[in-house]
Amino acid sequence: MPIANFLPTNADYARFLPELILTLAGVLIMFFEAFRTEGKSTNAGLLAILALVLALPAALLAKDGAAFQGMLVIDGMGTFFRTLVIVVGLLVVFSSTDYLRRENQESGEYYALILFSIVGQCVMVTANELVMIFIGLEISSIASYILAGYLRDDARNNEAALKYFLLGSFATAFLLYGVAWMYGATGSTNLTAIRSSLISGAPPPEALIGVAAALIFVGLAFKISAAPFQGWAPDVYQGAPAPVSAFLTVGPKAAAFAVLLRIFLGSLEPIASRWEPAVWVCALATMVVGNFAAIMQSNIKRLLAYSSIAHAGYVLVAVAANSGTGSAAAMFYLAAYAFTNIGAFAVVTYFSRKGERYVSVDDFAGLAQRQPGMAAMLTIFLLSLIGVPLTGGFFGKFYIFKAALDAKLVWLTVIGLLNSAVAAYYYLRILVVMYFREPGESVETLPPAGALLQIAVYGSAVGTLLLGVFPSLVLDFANRAAIR
Amino acid sequence: MTLLDIVLFLPLAGFLLLLILPKQSSRMAAMVISLAVFIVSLGLLMPYWFQYPSGHTFSTDIQWISYPPIRYHVALDGLSLWLVLLSTLLTPIAALVSWNYIDKRVKEYYAFLLLLEFGVIGVFISVDLFLFYVFWEVSLVPMYFLIGIWGHERRIYAAVKFFLFTMAGSVLMLGAIIFLYNRTGTFDYGQIQGMIQTGSLVFDPRTELLLFLAFFIAFAIKVPLFPLHTWLPDAHVEAPTAGSLMLASVMLKMGTYGLLRFCLTLFPDAAHRCAPWIVALAIVGIIYGALVALVQPNMKKLVAYSSVSHLGFVVLGIFTFTQQGLDGAVYQMLNHGISTGALFILVGFLYERRHSLEISAYGGVATPAPNLAIIFLITTLASIGLPTLNNFVGEYLVLQGTASANFGWAVFASMGVIFSACYMLWLYQRTFFGRASESLSHHMPDLTTREWAAIVPLVILMVWMGSFAQTFLPSISVQNTAILEQTKKLRVERVAIPARQTAEVSRANR
Repeated sequence: MPIANFLPTNADYARFLPELILTLAGVLIMFFEAFRTEGKSTNAGLLAILALVLALPAALLAKDGAAFQGMLVIDGMGTFFRTLVIVVGLLVVFSSTDYLRRENQESGEYYALILFSIVGQCVMVTANELVMIFIGLEISSIASYILAGYLRDDARNNEAALKYFLLGSFATAFLLYGVAWMYGATGSTNLTAIRSSLISGAPPPEALIGVAAALIFVGLAFKISAAPFQGWAPDVYQGAPAPVSAFLTVGPKAAAFAVLLRIFLGSLEPIASRWEPAVWVCALATMVVGNFAAIMQSNIKRLLAYSSIAHAGYVLVAVAANSGTGSAAAMFYLAAYAFTNIGAFAVVTYFSRKGERYVSVDDFAGLAQRQPGMAAMLTIFLLSLIGVPLTGGFFGKFYIFKAALDAKLVWLTVIGLLNSAVAAYYYLRILVVMYFREPGESVETLPPAGALLQIAVYGSAVGTLLLGVFPSLVLDFANRAAIR
Repeated sequence: MTLLDIVLFLPLAGFLLLLILPKQSSRMAAMVISLAVFIVSLGLLMPYWFQYPSGHTFSTDIQWISYPPIRYHVALDGLSLWLVLLSTLLTPIAALVSWNYIDKRVKEYYAFLLLLEFGVIGVFISVDLFLFYVFWEVSLVPMYFLIGIWGHERRIYAAVKFFLFTMAGSVLMLGAIIFLYNRTGTFDYGQIQGMIQTGSLVFDPRTELLLFLAFFIAFAIKVPLFPLHTWLPDAHVEAPTAGSLMLASVMLKMGTYGLLRFCLTLFPDAAHRCAPWIVALAIVGIIYGALVALVQPNMKKLVAYSSVSHLGFVVLGIFTFTQQGLDGAVYQMLNHGISTGALFILVGFLYERRHSLEISAYGGVATPAPNLAIIFLITTLASIGLPTLNNFVGEYLVLQGTASANFGWAVFASMGVIFSACYMLWLYQRTFFGRASESLSHHMPDLTTREWAAIVPLVILMVWMGSFAQTFLPSISVQNTAILEQTKKLRVERVAIPARQTAEVSRANR
C-alpha cells in the first residue's frame, strides 16, 4: 500500500481543528510565558478565551466521519461532548482569572494546562480506539494533576494533587490492563471491530471479555468517581483551587462518561446482560454514598464534592438503562450539571476570599443581604442541583428517570427519586444560612466581584435556566447524537 | 391567548417587575398588581354566571417541549374556577396584612408573594400532568422563603421541614407521572382520562394501587392527612401572617384538589379499594386535630390543628363517592380558605398589637377593641359551622354524603363539629372576655382602616357563602357529577373485563 494512504488528509485536519486550535494556543501561551518578566501581568487568559471561542464553531461545524484511519470518529456524540467540554473550558477560564489575581498566582501555564486538558478530553470523546481513548485520558489527566496542585505553597493543594495523581494513575493502569485483555480477546482495539467480533459467528470466550470489560469499567469508574471507587474525590475536590475543582467535577467527568457510553452502550452492547447488573449496583451505591455523606459535611467545597459523586450516580442510572433515551438523558444531564456546578463553584470561589478562608457553610450566613445578586444566582444553581422544575437539573433528572422506567428499572428509579429528596436537605442548608441567618463579620468585607467572574456566574445561570425552560434546545441534539 | 393565561402570567410579570423596581415602591406595586390580577380574574366568572358548562373553558394548548411531548395546556372548569378566584382574592389581602408587619427585605417579600400566586394558580389550571408537577414544585420555593426569612423564632426548622415533607411526597408522584407517560405516550390528563374511559388503558390491580399511592401520598402530605400532618403546625406557627394565610387557604387546597382531580378519576378502582382506610384516617384526623387544638396554649397552633380537623372533613367528603360528599368537600375547601384565612389574619392582628401568640397573654380584648371582637366572633361562628355562615353548608353536605354512604362514619365525624365549637368558643372566651389588664388595653387599639379593608371582604364572603350557596354550588356540582360519572363508569367496566377474561379462559380450558 502506498504510504500516502496513511498520511492525514485535509479532511482529517478539518475534523481535528478544535484540538489543533487549542493545542496551538496552549503552546503559544507557554512560549510567551517563558519571556514574561516576573510580576508583569499576563494576557494568557484572553488568548485562552480566544482559542476556546474559535474552537467552539470548529467543533460544532465539524463534518461527521472518521479521521486518521478511523482512530477518531466525529459523530453526533463526539460533537456534543466536544462542544460541551469547550464550553466548560470557557466558563472555567472566566471564573479563574479573578481567582488567580486574588491569589497572586497569575501565570500563563494555568491557562495552557486547562487548554491541554480540554484537548485530551476532546480526543477522549471522539476516539474510536481504545488506545486513543487511553492517550486522550492521559493528556487530560496529567494536565489536571498539575492543576489540582496549582498553588504550590498550599498544603491542601499538594495533598489534592498527590492523591489525584496516585489514584488516577492507578485507575489508568486498570484501564490499560483492560485494553490489553480486550485486545487479547478480540484481536482489536477498534471499538467498531470489537463490536463486530462480539456479534460474529465465533465470539471470543465470555470470560475473557468479562475480565476486559470489568477492568475497563473500574478504570472509568475511578474517573467518574463512582462508588466504590469514589474515595479520592472529596479530598481532591476540596483541596484543589476552587475553579479547578469546578473544572474537575464536570470536564473530565463528562469525557469519561462519553467513553463509558461509547464502549458499553456501543461496543459491548451485545453482552449487555453481563454488565448491566454491575452498573445497576454501582449507580445505586454511588447515589446513596454521595448523598448520605454530603449530609454530614460542613465545608461547602467538600459538600459539593460529595454532591458531585451523587450526581455521577444519577448519570449511571441512565447508563444502566442501556438505551437510546438513556444515553440522550445522560448527555443532557451532563450538560445541565456542567452549567450548574461551574456556576455554583464560581460563586463559592468568589465568596471564599483570598486563600479560600471562608468555605464553611456557616461562612455563607447572610450572603443574601450583602450580595443579593450572587446569592440569587447560587440559589438558582442549588435549586437546579435539587432538581426543582424550570431549572436544567430538573429536566436532567426527569429524563434520566424516564429512561430508567422505560428500561423497567423501577426500583432503581424509586431509590433515585427518594435520593433526590434526601439531597434537597443538604442543598437547602446552604440556602438556609444564606437567606435565613444574619450576616456574620465575614460578609462585611466582601470585595465586589470582577467582570469576568460575573460573566461566568451569570452565563452559567442563563444556561441553567435555559435548559430548564427550553430543554429541547439541547435534548434534540442529544437525541440525534445518542448511541442507538 | 385567553383571559386565563393573563391571570396566570400577570403575577409572574409582577414578580419580574418587582425585581427591577426600587425597594420603596415594591409594596405598593405588589398591591396594585395583585389587585389587578384579582379584578382581571373576575372575568373568568363570565361563562359560569348564567349557565354551568361542564367541560373546559379558556383552554390553551400549545407545545412547550417537543420530546417528550409536554404541552402548555391550561384550562378552567367549575372546580378550578373557584380555587383560582380564592387565590387571586387572597393574594392582595395577604399583601395588605403584611403592609406594616414586614419591615425587612420588603422587596423580596412581595416578589415571593407574587411568585407564589403564579405557582398556585398554575397548579389549579394545568391539564398537562407534567405542567401540573412543574407548578406544584414552583409554588414550594417561594413559600419556603416566606417562612424561612420572615417567620418567627423556629422558622428555619419549620421551613426545611415543610420543604422536605412536600419534596419527599412529590418525587414519588413524579415517578408515577413518568410511568403513566411511558404507558400512554402523553402527559395530557384529558387524553389519559379518555384512554382509561374507553378501556384502552387498563392497569393490573397491583400497579394501579402503587400508582394511586404515589399520587395519594404526595397529596396527603399537602392536605395534610393524619398522620402526615406534623409539618403543618410548625409551618403555620412560624410563618408570618400572610404566609400562614396563603399556606392554609390556598396551598393546602392543592392537596385536596389533587385528590379529587387525579386520584379519583385516574385510579378509580384503587381509590375505591383504599377508601375505607382513607376515611378512617380522615375521621381520626378530624377528631385528633380537634382534641389537640383544644389543649393548645398557642393561638396559631390552635388554628393550625383546627385546619387538620377541617381538612379531614374535605377528605372524608371526597372518599364517600357521593354527590353531596364531593360538593360538600369542594365547598368546604373554599370555606376553609375563607374562614381559617380570616382567623389567621385576626390572630396576626392580635400579634401585631401584643407580640405574643400565647392565649394566656390576652383576656378582655373585647373592651378596648370591640370591633375586632365582633369580627373575630363572626369568624369563630363561621368556623364552628353556625347556620347562615359558610362552614355550615359544607359540613352539612359532607355529613349528609357520609351518612348516605355509611352512617357510622357520619356519627364519628360529627363529633368533630362539636369539638370545634368547644375549642373555638373557649379560645374566644379566654381571649376576648374577662377583665383587660392595664398593659393590654394600652396596647390594644381597635381595627385600623387598612385592617378593615383586609378582613371585610372575607366576612362578606362568609355570610354570602352561608346564605346564598346557589351562587357557587351549581358550577361545582356539575363538575363533581362528571368526576363521579367517570369513577363509576370505570369501575363497572373494569370489573367487567376480568369477568369476561375468566370466562374465556374457562372456555378454553374446556
